[in-house]
Amino acid sequence: MTAVLETMGLGKQYGRRWALHDCTLSIPAGNVVGLVGPNGAGKTTMLQLAVGLLAPTTGSIAVLGDAPASSPAQLGKVGFVAQDTPAYARLSIAQHLHMGSWLNPDWDDEVATQRIDQLGLDPKQRAGSLSGGQRAQLALTLAIAKRPELLLLDEPVASLDPLARREFLQSLMEVVAEHGVSVVLSSHLVSDLERVCDYLVVLVDSHVRVAGEVSELLASHHRLSGLRRNPSTLPANQEVIEQSHTDKQSTLLVRTEEPILDPNWTVTPITFEDLVLAYMSQARDTTHPGRPALGVVS
Amino acid sequence: MIRFAALQFRIQAAIAFGALVVIAIVLAVTGPHLVTLYDTTVVPCSTHNDCSAATTALTDTDGPIQVFLTFLLLVVPALIGMFWGAPLIAREFETGTYRLAWTQGVTRTRWLSVKLGMGVVASVVVTGLLSLMVTWWSSPIDTVSAKPFDPLYFGVRDLAPVGYAIFALVLGFSAGLVMRRTIPAMFTALVGFVAARFVMNSWMRPHLIAPLHRVYTINGSSPLNMGETPAGFGVTATTRGILPGDWVYSNQIVDKAGHSPTTAFIDRACPLGHASAQANYQTCATNLAARFHLLVTYQPESRYWTFQWYEMAIFIGLAAVVVGFCFVWIRRPS
Repeated sequence: MTAVLETMGLGKQYGRRWALHDCTLSIPAGNVVGLVGPNGAGKTTMLQLAVGLLAPTTGSIAVLGDAPASSPAQLGKVGFVAQDTPAYARLSIAQHLHMGSWLNPDWDDEVATQRIDQLGLDPKQRAGSLSGGQRAQLALTLAIAKRPELLLLDEPVASLDPLARREFLQSLMEVVAEHGVSVVLSSHLVSDLERVCDYLVVLVDSHVRVAGEVSELLASHHRLSGLRRNPSTLPANQEVIEQSHTDKQSTLLVRTEEPILDPNWTVTPITFEDLVLAYMSQARDTTHPGRPALGVVS
Repeated sequence: MIRFAALQFRIQAAIAFGALVVIAIVLAVTGPHLVTLYDTTVVPCSTHNDCSAATTALTDTDGPIQVFLTFLLLVVPALIGMFWGAPLIAREFETGTYRLAWTQGVTRTRWLSVKLGMGVVASVVVTGLLSLMVTWWSSPIDTVSAKPFDPLYFGVRDLAPVGYAIFALVLGFSAGLVMRRTIPAMFTALVGFVAARFVMNSWMRPHLIAPLHRVYTINGSSPLNMGETPAGFGVTATTRGILPGDWVYSNQIVDKAGHSPTTAFIDRACPLGHASAQANYQTCATNLAARFHLLVTYQPESRYWTFQWYEMAIFIGLAAVVVGFCFVWIRRPS
């Protein structure tokens, strides 16, 4: 299976600050990828690099096998819903759909009009008078009707109320089921991603912390609890992601492909949220070995 | 892409063409009167040797409209740069819609070509039509006043405004592209355009074509004026053979080496006291004629169209440089 998104040592520098640094990823087709991380971690930078709105400072990026925005055909294969779902305030919904049909080679007018109809939107309404949720739906419609192979969504639900957020994600999942499109969705809201993602990329402080299929990640991460113990005494194949200690007890979150044989540990499975939060909080643990300090340029 | 660019541009275009229609009506109503006035008063005036009253009456007709038209063609290119050029891309950045536009199935280069192409075509049509109307309306007055090279009028007739409009548009666009903010880009377009016009007017245009020279010997029939000249204190002479529409750079009394007479020489050569004014004048002319002649440096009126073409071509050339910059900038790693 080919990779929808492949990066090699990808980096983007603004002035002296690295918005994204040394990022190597290969995301296979057919997944709904959650790109998660705190605000300012580099999610938007990553997605804008993927649609060619930004150019990398270092490394390379290929989307569906080609450089982003390299040709009309390449642009036509990637649907993008930008952060805050921009739309032309003075143009109506119908005019936005015209724009889509004029500018995209594989535009599917039926899909577009049907979706607007289902959403109960008036095609004559100006985009400037739509609610945030409606505008997000319009942006999603524009991205879907392109008949893309890959759909990139940058925090599409961040500014929506919980109900609109659920509706949006629901329609996204319908699209995935119907068109079999690959999706990369960024968010800082873990609960939203848990509902829809089967592949996870955690981005913290402009670095990729972990990437992989959610089921595999959940299977290879375990919470160990037992008598207090120095983590350095663990077997070499067990990587400690998170640890907390009381006077008597240690609780560790470890990653290992091997079974845990030590009978002193009580082993419990972890949840999606545990997994994400463990990797996200790892960043704040500045003493963690092997982690480059923030802002160091190598 | 063309249809989408037209959809986005239609309101601005409608405003401009609406204004153009209003102006056309005003000029169509008042214009024929000027032509009639010219035919009935200025044309026959030479037969009874009294043209000053007729020409003054004509040049004073519809004064407010004349002032308004001059002002209009002076500012229209700047307005095009500010209100068409600058927002064309700066608005996309301000509202974030560039992320929508540039992720459709159209490359950024094509987006830029169509946007700029449409803007340029609209600017050419609007200023071209306006200049055509104003030039036609003003032609009786321009014939009488005969100042085609006047810095004020040269840029508001015929071809020059078209070149200005194209340049102003792409200047505003490039400022919007670099600054990503509409208001600063509008301001930059205005300042840049005014500066370019000023430099052209004051420093470049006189040097585009080498001027002609005419030499006159000084005699009693060439009236001399003494006083301040652009080159300092000296004596100037008005001459025959120079047409009223010619662009006279200078009109000097010089010797073979090209030097003007010194103040001391003039004091001796042109006595002011004792004798009658006529006698003084003759003495002065005779003394000057011994060593000096009149040198007139000028552009003949016949070169007017050459200058118009040059003016337009230079501003279109400048615009082409700016467009090239835009294409490089929009593709650069941002």
